[in-house]
Amino acid sequence: MGKQIECKNCTLGYEGVAVTEDINFTVSSGDYLCILGENGSGKSTLIKALLGLRPVMNGNIEWVESKQGEIGYLPQQTVVQRDFPASVREIVLSGCLGKGSFRPFYSKEDKELADKTMTELGIKDLEKRCYRELSGGQQQRVLLARALCAAGKILLLDEPVTGLDPKAQNDLYELIAKLNKQGITIIMVSHDIHAAVRYASHVLHIGSKKQLFFGTKDKYVNSKLGQSFILSEEAEDNE
Amino acid sequence: MSEIMDKLQYYFAYPFVRYALIVGLLIALCSSLLGVTLVLKRFSFIGDGLSHVAFGAMAVSTVLSVTLKKMSGGESAFGKFLEDTNGMAIILPITLLSAVLLLRTGQNTKIKGDAAVAMISVGALALGYMLINLFPASSNVAGDVCSTLFGSTSILTLTKGEVWLCAILAVVVLAVFIIFYNRIFSVTFDENFAKASGVKADGYNLIIAVITALIIVLAMTLVGSLLISALIIFPALSAMRLFKSFKSVIICSAVISVLCAGVGIIVSILCSTPVGSTIVSADIIVFGIFSLTAALTRRN
Repeated sequence: MGKQIECKNCTLGYEGVAVTEDINFTVSSGDYLCILGENGSGKSTLIKALLGLRPVMNGNIEWVESKQGEIGYLPQQTVVQRDFPASVREIVLSGCLGKGSFRPFYSKEDKELADKTMTELGIKDLEKRCYRELSGGQQQRVLLARALCAAGKILLLDEPVTGLDPKAQNDLYELIAKLNKQGITIIMVSHDIHAAVRYASHVLHIGSKKQLFFGTKDKYVNSKLGQSFILSEEAEDNE
Repeated sequence: MSEIMDKLQYYFAYPFVRYALIVGLLIALCSSLLGVTLVLKRFSFIGDGLSHVAFGAMAVSTVLSVTLKKMSGGESAFGKFLEDTNGMAIILPITLLSAVLLLRTGQNTKIKGDAAVAMISVGALALGYMLINLFPASSNVAGDVCSTLFGSTSILTLTKGEVWLCAILAVVVLAVFIIFYNRIFSVTFDENFAKASGVKADGYNLIIAVITALIIVLAMTLVGSLLISALIIFPALSAMRLFKSFKSVIICSAVISVLCAGVGIIVSILCSTPVGSTIVSADIIVFGIFSLTAALTRRN
């Protein structure tokens, strides 16, 4: 269980304004870390920092057994993608682009990797279909396959189940859990406390201005914060 | 039928008609390739905006060359250079700069993409028209403006040098597009993911901006600055009605665009209609046919 990412005393923010301070956590290989927090608590800023798209304002993120850029990213869907004319195969293959030196076209290995990943995620039979005609769950699988083509060790998922119906949500969570069992580290940003409690091994809870909790899931469930958060969510569900 | 062939043969005996056809087809090809990316990136109107910038720049260069000539009594070398090159020395850099500014600052600025395009577009148009009116280059101001906006005659006055320039630029655009095809796809589909996986998205956006500006400046001679948007968006939109993968959309859009430009130029010769609007009419008809086909196949 080697450490992969270590985040020490990080201050996150943009344009010189700090959003959250003192973020501390570590991710080891095989972990399933769920990042919880309200809107505006700096979750998306944290994602950008982890991906190396935006520098942290203070502190540092250390890459131990992996390198920056070895994270497969599943972003939230954008408006542009909803009516984009592209086949599933084209999208999955585009995950292979960032690697290695510049080559104008895909190599044989790239194509084999894409084929293998599509088979693994059960979307091989969709490969010629148009992305915009797929269901929400199928679209997320396609983007997941693309992320796996980009990096096979760590996956960073940004609210992956948003907009899916309950069955598709469940299927996607099971699929992610299966990937985690195969040894892929999962970092998932989510609103969904129930999924976090059910699937995650670790929880990072960010409040406004500071980090509220980091530790294993069991500790979180037993903590005061975890209890109150779970209860308040349940109360909302029952309304 | 033979009458039409005779007439065509008669016209194609003239080199300037052949030049017009060659340049028209090349520009149609380039603009359709880029059109798919621009439409998908929600930059359909950049063609319009940049062409108005080019119009403004053209007005500046016309005024400048006239004034320089007057001041030096027809001896100014720079004034003559501007006139010889149709003002390219001023139009090209200004349009390039605007394209880079518009496409690069599209996401994170205080003025959002569509508003920025609209602002630059109408601003340049107004200033250009003002300049032309204040310092008229000829007595027929309305005619000058009309021909820059709708490109009525300039495609028929192309020189051999301009045809070569156009051919070289077309080859460059084509080569860049093919070499960076996969990256352009990735950046268009999902810029955030592309950046996260190590593709230099900003660099590719810059390349797209530069090529866009080049094509627009070239296309101004063909259809005039008002109709450039049509060349960029119609073939792409038509292709997207029917085709489902990025590659097939690009290929189909290129084929549509070249065919429409060819048909448009020939029809405009035969019926003596304006070249630009004839090409765009052909594009509109194809769009109609494709939309209808898409609607019918979906119902079945």
